[in-house]
Amino acid sequence: MKPHPNVKFLRKGVLPHKFCLGCGCGQVLNYLLYAMQELNLDMNKVVLLGGVGCNSRIPVYLNADAIHGTHGRTLALATGIRLTNPELKVIVITGDGDCFSIGTNHFVQAARRNLDVTVILINNGIFGMTGGQAAPTTPIGSRTSTSPRGSVENVFDMCKLAEAAGATYVSRWTTAHNRSAIRSIKKGIEHKGFSFVEIVSQCPTYFGRYVLKISTEKPLEHLL
Amino acid sequence: MKRFRKISRTHFMLGNHAIVEGAIAAGCRYFAGYPITPASEISEIMSRRMPEVGGRFIQMEDEMGSIFSVIGASLAGAKAMTATASAGFNYMQEGIGLAVTIEAPCVIVDVPRTRQDIQPTEADIMQMKWGASGDYEIICLVASSVQEAFDLTIEAFNFAEQYRNPVVLISEANISHMRGRVEISEQNKIKLVNRKPAKGPPEEYLPFRAGENGVPAMSRFGEGFRVLYTHNPHDERGHILDVESDPNGYEKFYDRICGKITRDADKIARFETRFLDDADLAIVSYGTESTSALESVIRARSEGIKAAYVKLTTVWPVPEKLLKEVTEKVKKIIVPEMNMGKYVNEIRRISCGEAHVVPLCKNNGKMHSPDEILERIRSESR
Repeated sequence: MKPHPNVKFLRKGVLPHKFCLGCGCGQVLNYLLYAMQELNLDMNKVVLLGGVGCNSRIPVYLNADAIHGTHGRTLALATGIRLTNPELKVIVITGDGDCFSIGTNHFVQAARRNLDVTVILINNGIFGMTGGQAAPTTPIGSRTSTSPRGSVENVFDMCKLAEAAGATYVSRWTTAHNRSAIRSIKKGIEHKGFSFVEIVSQCPTYFGRYVLKISTEKPLEHLL
Repeated sequence: MKRFRKISRTHFMLGNHAIVEGAIAAGCRYFAGYPITPASEISEIMSRRMPEVGGRFIQMEDEMGSIFSVIGASLAGAKAMTATASAGFNYMQEGIGLAVTIEAPCVIVDVPRTRQDIQPTEADIMQMKWGASGDYEIICLVASSVQEAFDLTIEAFNFAEQYRNPVVLISEANISHMRGRVEISEQNKIKLVNRKPAKGPPEEYLPFRAGENGVPAMSRFGEGFRVLYTHNPHDERGHILDVESDPNGYEKFYDRICGKITRDADKIARFETRFLDDADLAIVSYGTESTSALESVIRARSEGIKAAYVKLTTVWPVPEKLLKEVTEKVKKIIVPEMNMGKYVNEIRRISCGEAHVVPLCKNNGKMHSPDEILERIRSESR
């Protein structure tokens, strides 16, 4: 049997992944593989950065230099890497909690500097890994494990924030728009300057359970 | 900086400037900082000097930004440094935790100071070692003169590269803002240590396999080794450990990252002793307090009191062998500190009752005068 052409981008010995059934992170990982394949990226010159959260585990599964595991600080790490070696393609894979709760300032400042990195944000509207707490992206009125009477706070529009801060490529799709998302990821990686690709994603386990009150069988429906 | 075009000569230099020149001599080519008194001159001088030597300078958005960008630069292959003062050092704990776990060599200069009046203090001495979460070891050196600020910055880089560990250099506020004589020797006479580079085919490379003295060889980003650096406990391949499938994995991991420092504690220990051979009483000090301590010991000797002077340059890991020797030799140890009595407890721990350990505390932003220490020597030796 011939292996899948994208398998070469995956790190050996780390699979199976830990994403829940129906989670959008697996889809975005797959979109990223297609983007890498179509761009024919030299993985020796790619550095992937993930913070903390379900989405931030994606760099663990990819076969490139990578840092994983500090909450919200990916763009500060990216700054040091990019300034030291301008040949490297730095791709940050982050989530709404990682990038827009704990890491907002680093994101805004890196966008202001128009740092030449690509940020792929997986926005599932909730803190998934820690058990479904409200995030700055949770829709008003949503019941979560830390907003039992419904969230009362306004919601971040992260594309507007990125644009205002100075990002020079900004794009938003959902996990239900696979080809478009792949195209945007490719454009983001090829773009010289700060590029931001938001992919609105589903979290059947917590967002589905607390907010949508639906089963995991129809995870994508609320995105369309 | 034009007036310092020829660096290798004798200068009359600001402490913070000496740190910058020490870093450049050590090969530092990346600096990230965030303004904070009394460390700001390090950033200011770095912003002029880094471009001159082909390095990178960036003013980050906060101290977390500084330390994490320094870690990024280190993994990309640069010798990197940041500088801050007490309150800024709080924020850096998170980055120190990451740097220790993924074994990213870097240097953090801390200029400890009191709040409000920006006076020197030693109140943060325990935080250097115990600030971040998780099990780890740190190397921490303390300068007691402007010359030492230069020399120890080089030493700090050498230790960081040799052990693949973050190293903290303390230059108390009065050293950083003091102008003093600094002799800078020719660059080729300065001993430099560089991290051991990764070799061989990438598919056989184990990024966290203990090499010589427990320290793994290190690749740079972009060399094709495709290393995963994770904050989680990891195995030799760098893969995240699963405690279910490998119950001893965590212990092996922590044993290696701590053991590489603790096993070499005696080699890392830098100190100075005087009059120890026939002494009944010793003054153990570090940092600027040791300048007063030396003066008081010399005066006590002239009065016929058999006092000894012990100055610790390496404070973490604790120079246990030296301190054990001191506690066995003398009956009493006085520990002057610019805090409410902190490092004295490490000496009590080692003394184990062998010698009577007396703290001499002061926390009002001023160092002990030689008279104050001498008075205590007199009363303790009565």
